[in-house]
Amino acid sequence: MSPAEHPTPPGTNDSPQASGPADDESGDAPATPDRAGPVPPAHPGPGPADVGVGGAPGAPGGGGAPGRPGGARERDEGAARWPGRAIRSASGGGGHRTPYALARLAERHARALHRDRRQRAEIAAVREEGRGRISRGRYGGLTVVAVYGAAGALAVVALVWTEWHGVRQAQAALAFGALIAVGEAIRCVEAPPALPGGGGGVPDPRGEPAPLAAAGALGYALLGRLGGEPASHGVLQAVAVVVAASLAGLVAPLAFGCPVDPGHTARRVLTAAFAAVCFQPLHRTGRLADWLGHGPSLVGYLLVLLALTALCDAVLAAALARARTGWPYGPLLRDELRSLPGVGAAVCATAAVMALTVAVAGLWPVPVLAVPLLLIQYSYRRYAGIRATYRQTIASLARSTEIAGYTPTGHAREVAGLSRAVGRELGLSEPRLTVLEYAALMHDIGQLSLVDPVPAGATEPLPAAEQRKIALLGGAVVRQTGVPAEVALVVERQADPYREQPLAARIVRAVNAYTELVSGPAAGGAAAGAAALRALERLRLATARDFDPVVVEALATVLSRGVYGRPR
Amino acid sequence: MDGEEDTVRALPHGARAYVLCAVLAGAYCAAPAVRPGAAVPWATTALLAAVHAVGSRVRGRWPEWCSPVLLAGAFLLPPAAAALVAVPGALLARVERPPAGTRRAWRAARLSLAVWAASCAFAALDGPGALGALWALGDAAQAPAGQAPSGATGAPGFPYALAAAVAAALVLGLTATALEGGVLVTADRQSPRAAWWGRLPGSLAPYLVHGPAGLAMAVLWRSPYGPAAALLVLLPMYVCACGFVLYRRESAAHQATIRALVQAVDIKDRYTRGHSERVGRASAMIARELGMSGDRLEAVRIAGILHDVGKLGVPTRLLRKNGPLTPDERRVIELHPEYGDEMVRGIGFLGEARAAILHHHERLDGSGYPYGLAGAQIPEFARVVAVADAFDAMTSTRTYSRARPVPTAVEELRRCAGSQFDPRMVRALTRALDRHGWHAAVTADAPEERGNVPPGADLVPPLVRAGAPDALDTPGAGTPGGAP
Repeated sequence: MSPAEHPTPPGTNDSPQASGPADDESGDAPATPDRAGPVPPAHPGPGPADVGVGGAPGAPGGGGAPGRPGGARERDEGAARWPGRAIRSASGGGGHRTPYALARLAERHARALHRDRRQRAEIAAVREEGRGRISRGRYGGLTVVAVYGAAGALAVVALVWTEWHGVRQAQAALAFGALIAVGEAIRCVEAPPALPGGGGGVPDPRGEPAPLAAAGALGYALLGRLGGEPASHGVLQAVAVVVAASLAGLVAPLAFGCPVDPGHTARRVLTAAFAAVCFQPLHRTGRLADWLGHGPSLVGYLLVLLALTALCDAVLAAALARARTGWPYGPLLRDELRSLPGVGAAVCATAAVMALTVAVAGLWPVPVLAVPLLLIQYSYRRYAGIRATYRQTIASLARSTEIAGYTPTGHAREVAGLSRAVGRELGLSEPRLTVLEYAALMHDIGQLSLVDPVPAGATEPLPAAEQRKIALLGGAVVRQTGVPAEVALVVERQADPYREQPLAARIVRAVNAYTELVSGPAAGGAAAGAAALRALERLRLATARDFDPVVVEALATVLSRGVYGRPR
Repeated sequence: MDGEEDTVRALPHGARAYVLCAVLAGAYCAAPAVRPGAAVPWATTALLAAVHAVGSRVRGRWPEWCSPVLLAGAFLLPPAAAALVAVPGALLARVERPPAGTRRAWRAARLSLAVWAASCAFAALDGPGALGALWALGDAAQAPAGQAPSGATGAPGFPYALAAAVAAALVLGLTATALEGGVLVTADRQSPRAAWWGRLPGSLAPYLVHGPAGLAMAVLWRSPYGPAAALLVLLPMYVCACGFVLYRRESAAHQATIRALVQAVDIKDRYTRGHSERVGRASAMIARELGMSGDRLEAVRIAGILHDVGKLGVPTRLLRKNGPLTPDERRVIELHPEYGDEMVRGIGFLGEARAAILHHHERLDGSGYPYGLAGAQIPEFARVVAVADAFDAMTSTRTYSRARPVPTAVEELRRCAGSQFDPRMVRALTRALDRHGWHAAVTADAPEERGNVPPGADLVPPLVRAGAPDALDTPGAGTPGGAP
């Protein structure tokens, strides 16, 4: 990926080449080679025959030629019509001076609005360039070092202390340790695969991937009694058991070559230590019994403590995710918090029940109480599986226009990936990002109802009425699918002026227009970087009516980062 | 009241008598609790009943998720009082179809009888004794240190209590399923074998989980930590139920998306409306006749539905052209299997169905397209779909021909068997047609059609289905969707 391929929006062109080297070092590029840059090489000429039939042995030779809809000549006409379009639409079609001036004014306003945001992005880019791949900014690096350092130091201290003093109540340690190890070994490894070919797909936040291990660790940390006797393991032994069992549980995934997330183990150790510190000393000194007695109020204390622990875990998880991806912290934390009521609540409840039941009835209930969590894991795994399949099916539906020769190959995926990145930049939550992604994937589906393809599949140069008709037809198809109704709404409204659109539709419209401008025939001759600049300029010029200036600036910010989406 | 009487009349007499008997039996079982002088812990009963009522309202589609409450009642209370625990929940739960009153009464009676039976079983196994030993242990924990029992970590009572609890839970499940089978037999006129044996294994499985959960609730209920701790046991069960419901919803959405793929073809090629769906149905008929089942049957059905999806890649002008096609145009149209294969390449679960999409125009003698495969080289699914495709093409009206009657079409298929079609598939189709007939009516536009999309019941994991909605609520339960 050469620096020249990176579009740099006009506002951020202090160092036009700055983003190039930094991205090459981000380490993501090899994993998604075909998605590495926002600007694909110009499509030589989309047609059904290009799609993949060529490799088929024995295919009727030359069959593709007559079937290729939309001849080259038509496409050239489209290219000729294209360049002046954005300005014309911005000026209300008449070419009068006043609306045009208004457009400039709106544009300037938008620029002022977002100047500081761009500056921040710029600073981040420069910093990234300077520091290479170790960290994405000071914050991310510090977070990672702090979390791992704290967890590691704690683990070492706990293990040494336990080794020194010997393990107390070995049966309980063994039972809970086994539970944690098994839980870690069977954790959900599969992040639902992104769309085939990539495109900014991130794992859905489904909360705890190893609920069994989490419940075991918390249950052991909050264990106050053991079948009638006071439990004698302290904070450090609890931590040591969690550490040892988590590491033991990681052996199986490593042996099978599954990916292992060390951040997760670090979080587990820290949260268990937090819970133990808040419970064990109070309990052993008898203060807890003095304050709350042994009855129902102890249950209340445990619940409050577990809720706090879950909050801490969410904060840690969001911080680690930010360090890894560089996405804004707020939405990440919100997603983590939103996933708590499901599996997280079940984990906390099981941990509390485990600690209390073991206090009454000994260690026998431990495996019994683990069963519902296993079922939860099973059901959510199945859910993730069907969700991935569903995504693939949607992607196939989206590709139908490409195979039918209505749109260039990869167009839907590209718009989806870029839209998702823009949506994330604008702080959309995960469910809304999913809606946005589905809508972006299927935004062109209405073209199927056209008898003859639109030149190069570019809807943006069409008359507004035609665009709206295609959008409505597309919405009708999308309603047939099982996707949420919002998706169909977004597809239907994608051709409206931005003030009448929902936010997702604004994003899809702007990104679609940008993608068509960059990869379409209009950009044919220009170098990729120049085409991107010109495309952004066109969008900015049309912010009076067609494109939302906020969205366009977010798009520019995303593009200035180079590898948008940043899967993982 | 009159209106309700009218709708009740829709039920057969046998079913009404059956429900009446169940209600009377339930009342008889619960009677000892309300007899004056009976020692019933009313507070526990009322609290459990309230929790169960709330729980059954919260997730109305599947009220069984809170049956650990019923089991805890069965473990904690004498049988007569335990029978009462289920009543408010059953009476308050949502009823989707009339006659509401009868349904509610039936549910209450069924659950009460089941809980009563479970409670009796638990008592017979001396479960209460084992539980009592556990509580004694827990109380000892409260006593000043020094007199804690020895060997406390291995509380000997728990494994025995666990075994008794699981047995009691199975009795609960068995009773509920047996009673429900009775309604299926009397109201829906199902064969007793299908009503009882067919449902039994699936409906008992969840009780293997609910039993231990109920025991944990019972243990905590009487422990110093009290009912608040016991209710926490329900939370994981609820999340689990949500997980299965989510799965179900998502897979329904997925089916709809597959249908949308087909309807995208319909947009381009109006004359084939409904064709895909009928081919899917005919393919499934053949496959069932060949002894396929489960996932493979589903894959054949989807292969049949999606077989022409590649037509999306063919220019609309060609598909809608009236009159004969030039050789060039024909060649373009003959590309559609490959377009289809290319389109569904990203869909992981299709597997064999993809081969059927690619090869459904191959002929047995090797003169088909796209690859000219012959005989056994052609994948089995593709041979199935080819027969189904040809059959439906002949029996439906096209631009170029009128619809032919079914016998003529079958005769034509027989004539081409061996050269174009696999004779085994043709025979299977013939047998299936003899047995079930052919319904050309398409439900393509009806939102809740069942021929194409498997009904929810097929997708529900046994855990959700089990415990089973009352038969009265699902008269359609006896018609497992799919091919008629």
